[in-house]
This record gives sequence, structure tokens and C-alpha cells, in this order.
Amino acid sequence: MSVWEYANPRRFMGWTAPVLLWVFGLAGVALVTGLIWGYFFTPDAARFGSTVKIIYIHVPAAFIAINAWIMMLIASLIWLVRRHHVSALAAKAAAPIGLVMTVIGLATGAIWGQPMWGTYWAWDPRLTSFLILFLFYIGYISLWAAIEDGDTAADLTSWLCLVGSVFALLSRYAVLFWNQGLHQGASLSLDAEENVADVFWFPLVLCIVGFVLLFIALVLLRTRTEIRLRRAQALERRMARN
Amino acid sequence: MPDLGKYATEVLLSYGVTILLVAGLVWVSWRQSVAAKRRLEALEDE
Amino acid sequence: MKALLLRDLRLAIRAGGGLGLGLAFFLIVIVLVPFGVGPERELLSAIAPGVLWVAALLASLLSLDRIFALDFEDGALALLATSPLPLEGAALIKAAAHWITTGLPLTIVAPLLGFLLNLETTAYSFLWISLLIGTPALSVIGTFGAALTVGLKRGGLLLSLLVLPLYVPTLIFGAEVVRRGADGLNATTPMLLLAGITAVAFALLPFASAAVLRVNLR
Repeated sequence: MSVWEYANPRRFMGWTAPVLLWVFGLAGVALVTGLIWGYFFTPDAARFGSTVKIIYIHVPAAFIAINAWIMMLIASLIWLVRRHHVSALAAKAAAPIGLVMTVIGLATGAIWGQPMWGTYWAWDPRLTSFLILFLFYIGYISLWAAIEDGDTAADLTSWLCLVGSVFALLSRYAVLFWNQGLHQGASLSLDAEENVADVFWFPLVLCIVGFVLLFIALVLLRTRTEIRLRRAQALERRMARN
Repeated sequence: MPDLGKYATEVLLSYGVTILLVAGLVWVSWRQSVAAKRRLEALEDE
Repeated sequence: MKALLLRDLRLAIRAGGGLGLGLAFFLIVIVLVPFGVGPERELLSAIAPGVLWVAALLASLLSLDRIFALDFEDGALALLATSPLPLEGAALIKAAAHWITTGLPLTIVAPLLGFLLNLETTAYSFLWISLLIGTPALSVIGTFGAALTVGLKRGGLLLSLLVLPLYVPTLIFGAEVVRRGADGLNATTPMLLLAGITAVAFALLPFASAAVLRVNLR
């Protein structure tokens, strides 16, 4: 039996039902512990004061915003190559989550930017790239919404996701070329010099784990919704014919 | 409660916005899931 | 291939509108800008490179939905798909026809509109070259967007929403070339990068357009 068996819609519904609650539960535990640890038990940073607490939501949200798109890209490729319906529906299910995470990243960044940089918005490369990512999410979701036939929509949005990924990457480098930034260095790079201090690091990692689990749980839940809707549509069509 | 100093508004606003958006997303996903389940069950009963 | 190109060009010219409309739109946007930002010459010459590029981009966006719409409705597109000419080639020809009827005229008149915005004298050649290199990419990318939305009843607005984010890299490098030209700096790097974006668009997007067209014709 191959891995792909799990992508059969009926089997998918079967194995996700018990898993879903566990993932939601674990996500809740990780998020609550991570956020409480970060909020109540970490010191203020010398340069940022108490605003350092915002990274426990800003960084994980940004992390999910990017990785949700990558997950959609992989799911789109699987749909185009292997025609697994669950894969296409998972990509559709992930898009609104990515959009919300992008909004959270932008909003918390803007709120943080006002006291730190003296402005809510700057045309900094990272901020600009995120704004472009936001536009891509909106375009992708609108295209799904505009097409009635499920398989056609899956094909077209998959191609949009592929082409969009190439151009999002090009935009990322174009934007770097266009303006040098204000943004803090990577918080998560393996290069220890750049990283945040250990006191902030552990709760941050916990929060990221929590966001990832929440993302997985939401994708599973929303994919299940899409599968049910698809089956309901098929049933309605069959009844209309009889 | 930790003392947030002069940045209390910013920190609380960030947490507030995030919690609101995430809770909204979970709630909407949940509602849609329940609605889809009901619709499918109603169809399968017929 | 040549026959298809000539047919599309003839249709675009004879159907009127298409050719002149984009140019008129370009002119109107450029004329409106000083009303919006005020008539100071320094301000205008500072924003001229960006405004010219953004206006050219919007003007080329206008006629995108016409690339496939008529052929899709009267069935000519389905015929094209079964003809010996690969659909990838047809998509490329369609993009070329779009460029000749919008991108090329825009490029030619852009320096004239530069006068209205008090563009620096050093920048004219850069404006011309950057548009010449950059606008073909806009047509190829736009053709992909048009192919995506061809089956939709009201695809026009969605088309802009899908295509505009894809235009970002071209716009950034194109406007940067002109800005550097205006400031008397070396514009080789952005020029090469702009050419690179155009090359990437030409190499990849006809395949994506053709794949998407096949889905829409199914």
C-alpha cells in the first residue's frame, strides 16, 4: 500500500476524524503555554522595551504566511501531476488561513513599527514583499470563487499558484534591489549571531510550533468541509438528473 | 500582570488583533464544517 | 504562425478602439497626474519615471481581455487548439499581436508624454529602451492572465487583480532604469535584470498559458 492511499477522499475522511481533535488540542496547549510563557515570564528587551512580546505572534504568523503558500504550491503540483482531489482541495483550504496570517503579520508589524521606527508603514523590502504576498492570496482566492466547475477551478488555480510563485520570488529580489530595509534581521536563522537571545528563543519556538499545529488542524478541518461540499454537489447533480 | 510600561497599548493591541483574527478564522471554519456536514447528511438521507 | 499574427493585427486595427484606446488612456493618465499632485516642475520631474511606467502598465492592461475573448466565443480558439500549430505557439503569437498593438505604440509616444511631466533630458533614451525591453513581458504575462479568465462571464476585474501583482518585478526594474537615467547614474544592472524578467516570462509563460487554455477549452 502506498502513501497515496491516504489521499483517497473516503480514507482521508476516515483518518482525519480522530486526528483532527488531537491536533487542535495540541495546538491549543502549545499556543497557550507559549504565549503565557512569552507574555508573563520573559523580560523586556533593552532596546525594544515590552514591545518584544509582539514577536511571539508576529514571527509565527509571518512564518505560516510564507509556508502556507509553499504548501499550496506543493499541493497544486501534486494535483497537476497525480490528480488527487484532496490535494487540490487542501490548497483551496489553506489559502484563507495564509491570508489571515499575512494580515496578522502586517498588522502586528505596523503596530510595532509606530513606536520603534516612528511610522506604521515603510516601504521596506520585507514589508513590501508581504504586501505583494497579500495580493497574491487575494487573487488566488478570488479565482477559486469565480469558477463554478470544481476541477476546472482546481486546474486554473494550480497554474496561477505555480506562475505566482515564480513571480513572487522574482518580486522578492526585485524589492530587495529597489530599497534597502529597516527591518530587523532574521529571528530564526541558524546563524547564532543574528538570532534573538535564548530567553526569547524558547517561548518563540513553542509559539511557532503552536501556530504550525493550528495551521495543520485548520487545513484538515477546512479540507474536510470542501470534500463534503464536493460530495454534496455531486449528489445534488445526480438527483437533478433523475 | 507584567508591567508593559509605555508600550502597553501596542502590545495589548497586537495580541487583541491576533486573538480576534485567529478566533474568527477558527469560528468561521467550524461553522462552515458543521454546515457542510448537515447539508451532506440531509442529501444522503433522501 | 505568420498568418495568425497578421489576422490578429488586422482584427485589432479594424475593430477600431483597441489601438487608439490604449494610447488615449495613457495620455489621459499622464495629463491627470499634474492636476493631482500640482504643477511644480521639480516635483513632476522627480515622479515622472514612475508615473510614466505605471501609466504604460495600466494602458497595456486595458486591452488584455480582448486577447482571447472573441476567439473563445466564436469557437476560433477551439480550432486553433486542434490545428497543427502548438497552442504554446498560438499563445506566443497572441502575446506578440497584443504587444504590437499596445506595447509598441505606448513605447513610441512615451517620450512625447515625458515632456508633459518635465522628464530629465538624460532620461529619454532610458525611458525608450526600458519600455522597449519591458513591455513585451507585460504582454506575455497579460496573455497568461487572459487565458486564465477566458471562460468567465465577468473576468475583466478579476483579470486585473490576477495580473497586476505579476507585473511588480517588471515595473520595479523598468522604473528604476529611467530613474537612474534621470539621475545620471549607471543603469546597466536594472536594465539587465529587466531583460532577464522579460526572458523568463517569454521562456515559461507561453507553456502556462497553453496549459490553462486547454483546461478552459475542455
